[in-house]
Amino acid sequence: MAEENKMIKFIITRQDDPDGKPYEEEFAVPYRENMNVISALMEIRRNPVNAKGENTTPVFWEMGCLEEVCGACSMVINGKPQQSCTALVDQLEQPIKLEPMTTFPVVRDLAVDRSRMFDSLKKVKAWVPIDGTYDLGPGPRMAESKRQWAYELSKCMTCGVCLEACPNVNDRNDFIGPAPLSQVRLFNAHPTGEMHKAERMDALLTEGGLQDCGNSQNCVKVCPKGIPLTTSIAAVNREATIHSFKSFFGSDYHN
Amino acid sequence: MADQEKREYNLRRLHSLLGVIPIGLFLMQHLVVNHFSTYSEEAFNTAAGFMENLPLRIVLEFGLIYIPILFHGIYGVYIAFVSEMNLGRYGWFRNWMFMLQRLTGIITLIFIGWHVWETRLANAIYGTEVNFDMMASILSSPFMFWFYVIGVLSAVFHFANGLWSFFVTWGLIITPRSQKIMTYVVLVVFVVFGYMGIASLIAFAS
Repeated sequence: MAEENKMIKFIITRQDDPDGKPYEEEFAVPYRENMNVISALMEIRRNPVNAKGENTTPVFWEMGCLEEVCGACSMVINGKPQQSCTALVDQLEQPIKLEPMTTFPVVRDLAVDRSRMFDSLKKVKAWVPIDGTYDLGPGPRMAESKRQWAYELSKCMTCGVCLEACPNVNDRNDFIGPAPLSQVRLFNAHPTGEMHKAERMDALLTEGGLQDCGNSQNCVKVCPKGIPLTTSIAAVNREATIHSFKSFFGSDYHN
Repeated sequence: MADQEKREYNLRRLHSLLGVIPIGLFLMQHLVVNHFSTYSEEAFNTAAGFMENLPLRIVLEFGLIYIPILFHGIYGVYIAFVSEMNLGRYGWFRNWMFMLQRLTGIITLIFIGWHVWETRLANAIYGTEVNFDMMASILSSPFMFWFYVIGVLSAVFHFANGLWSFFVTWGLIITPRSQKIMTYVVLVVFVVFGYMGIASLIAFAS
């Protein structure tokens, strides 16, 4: 069969350490049916020889779930930031170009450090606080229709693709990016999470927060989970307007 | 505590507000007055004279025009500086608008600087008379005519697209559908005021 000898060409942007200079290396990987980018990377790891036939170090990348729910294997594939687990070789133009998401500090090769996203989630208090010293009892019920809607927002896996595509997330700007903004909307909508809405809004409007969005709307186009990020941003914008008015004109307490 | 931390948020919201009120309102008023030039020289001089003789003119100018524009312009340059264009990879409509908003902002700032010098400061310093003839002589140079065309269209684009962002920033349009409809609304704003601006320039030049 002709299929047997078919090789897939990869051009991979590599970097040996966090401060290293990025360089490109080409690889040819034998084709197998239904291959994804990760299986090709595994093949390179098994046999770390570049397209020139020279021995090289195995390409390093991160992965977790292999089913597009953890976000760890995100990288820029043929110019588009996405998860390498669901990037199918049959659907990609060759040579396949793999680059790290450069919005984040590169750890090595295709692996990046997404810590800033987790720090942002902590900053905006993207959780529902229920822990205490005694049983608080059941929380208020949530309408099923609202639960279904909230589920869509909860699909965010902090993969970083929206930050990679955002023109305002860069070295000169400390914008926290689209993902945490939508999480604020999610947790503010939760019947128990709502009790900490004002606290979350206060955190969201600090330096690098919501106001740094420039409405390029790239985020909503690239989100692999189809999260309505720009709708969320506009919704939190409205919340921020109301929050500011209440803080300024309202009483000394509001939630 | 929170007030200090929200400095950036307050500045950005102020920047957004000033772009529409009063700067956007002033721009529309300015283009409407200029449009009288298409009727006749006298009509323009009368309309411009009416504006010139408004009470407390200097207070109106500083309060509604100079200070807001200076703030909006200088802070706007900063906003443009802290963004990184990535149209090569993400060439979608809104990303184009994002880039054009910043580009037209810079062009408009340069244009307004020149325009204010030529038509206002020169009057304040040298007592140059501001009327139809003055504009006619400025625009008789083809270079200046095209400089004005680009300046006026940049200003109108920046206002129209900025109006769209204003509605999003203040949370007035949230759903993709309302944002889309607003895109068409501001397109009409751009066409109408862009037409008025260009028509006035042609009337002055001919």
